[in-house]
Amino acid sequence: MPQHRQGKQTIIFQNAPSIISSAAVVGPKEGRGPHGNGFDLVLDDPLFQQESYEQAEHTIFQEACTRCIEKTGMQKEAVQAMLGGDLLNQIMAASLSARELSIPFLGLYGACSTMAESLLLGSILVDGGYASPVICAAGSHFCTAERQYRFPLEYGNQRTPAAQWTVTGAGACLLAENTKGIAHITSATIGRVVDLGIRDPNNMGAAMAPAAADTLIAHFKDTNTAPKDYDKIITGDLGLVGSGILKELMDKNHLSLFEQKYMDCGLCIFDPADDVHAGGSGCGCSASLLSAYILPQLSSGKWKKVLFMATGALLSTTTSQQGETIPGVAHAVILEGG
Amino acid sequence: MQHHKKSAKQAVIENYAALVRRVTPKSKVGQGCLRSFWVGGAICVLGQAIADFGINYLGLTASSASTFASMSLVFITALLTGIGIFDRIARYAGAGTVVPISGFANAMVSPAMEFKPEGWVLGTGARMFTIAGPVLVYGIASSVIVGILYYFIQW
Amino acid sequence: MLLYLKVFLVGGLFCAIGELLILKTKLTAARILVVYITAGVLLSALGLYGPVVRFASAGATVPLTGFGHALAQGAISGVQENGLLGAFTGGISATAGGIAAAVFFGFLAAICFKPRPKDF
Repeated sequence: MPQHRQGKQTIIFQNAPSIISSAAVVGPKEGRGPHGNGFDLVLDDPLFQQESYEQAEHTIFQEACTRCIEKTGMQKEAVQAMLGGDLLNQIMAASLSARELSIPFLGLYGACSTMAESLLLGSILVDGGYASPVICAAGSHFCTAERQYRFPLEYGNQRTPAAQWTVTGAGACLLAENTKGIAHITSATIGRVVDLGIRDPNNMGAAMAPAAADTLIAHFKDTNTAPKDYDKIITGDLGLVGSGILKELMDKNHLSLFEQKYMDCGLCIFDPADDVHAGGSGCGCSASLLSAYILPQLSSGKWKKVLFMATGALLSTTTSQQGETIPGVAHAVILEGG
Repeated sequence: MQHHKKSAKQAVIENYAALVRRVTPKSKVGQGCLRSFWVGGAICVLGQAIADFGINYLGLTASSASTFASMSLVFITALLTGIGIFDRIARYAGAGTVVPISGFANAMVSPAMEFKPEGWVLGTGARMFTIAGPVLVYGIASSVIVGILYYFIQW
Repeated sequence: MLLYLKVFLVGGLFCAIGELLILKTKLTAARILVVYITAGVLLSALGLYGPVVRFASAGATVPLTGFGHALAQGAISGVQENGLLGAFTGGISATAGGIAAAVFFGFLAAICFKPRPKDF
């Protein structure tokens, strides 16, 4: 057994890397949501004065990274590695941002699980003494996701009740060796890819929920903990359908108290008056809310220990059209205050 | 053994599908059909009014008037799509805007606008047919088959 | 006035059936378009769609089934006038107005307008 490992899927960080800074940039609809005040920048225009929505997505991503680094007073040259990804084909928003920032870059793709994936890998780099500080980021854009995965913006179609609304936004966190920061990352659980045969690309919550349950159960087992040991258990973007399913799956596994501790970023990023059907989705959903809402609760001491788990539906339009089912993945990181 | 294992996995998938069906909110069928009905009906009435106008005031024959009505509806759809209103109507009306010729027009106009950043040739020019292309393929191909059959059997 | 009522009821019915298909089956809107046009061609060839057009006029010609009907009738009259060649030229000739309008106005819209995000 490798020495920093516990159980089947969990990593324990001996030195508990710190999140020393974070930032989030979002679009107008997210800015209208209940946590609108927590974001560092709310755009009036989802195009962000760019020529295309892809450029806007890249600029939002880059802006989140830049603001995250600036808050510490550091120069971007001091950052030793950048880990991140987005939903564009070939993760172009992250790659273009890395071109501009010229920080050594490892591109990640985990669909909407990318924020947790980047924190997990970033913590390994920092904890192992391979790099510090490290910036971890993820972002998405409603308009680019629509044209890539669904239909043109002006195409007249009705959304199904289970459909989710891709968040326009990006979030970034700067990790450094253990110091007084916003929060520490004490352990993480790498998720398995789970697929229970969902084919409907308009019901991604249902596709991701089994992976979320799988990772949660593995984490509780590996660390010998239960929902009562956490102040909050947070999923990325399961939305209305996915979180409903997750609660039932947890119930079946006799994990009591789960429902009282549970929160889903997708269900609390938008104003309920905005008709977004089953809630928010996209890498930017959990990434921006982590910075705007979750980390402030930890730094203020309101929450002491939080399980942050971003969930991803690993589909492409090609495999979907070929009738392939939609695999899901979920990675968890444990955040502790101070 | 192999067979047993497979069916156990199948059972898990079926159980999960039942859970998903139970948790997923249902579409409002009655409301959807009613909205489609009145908006779709209204679009057809507009088409009829345009055709009658063509016959009474422009001196068109019945068949040219029908073509004139189709073209006018296509133009109105293109305009409403361009100024960003069509998708709002469609969101309310569902099939009410999809089934009339307006649905076909919107399916061509919206990608033409959307993919402009990818260039006039491979963006607007090529992607215009991403949704409407299949309609032309199956419509034209089946009409050619009908024509060939008619040539041989003349029913 | 009675004609307009028939147009409204028949046209509305075509759309309501389409909505039912979207909600009750796995058919997406794009597939509905294909189903409707092909169904129109088929029904027209079997002589079943003509009476509907005579009854409800634009109520039957404006839905995409009417587009299919025009294609099929175009192919048939093409064969009557030009033989086998007409099977290929008839359908598109009969529907050229609608198709050319969609291409032209689509291109014009691309020149004049920019897509905007759905802010609802």
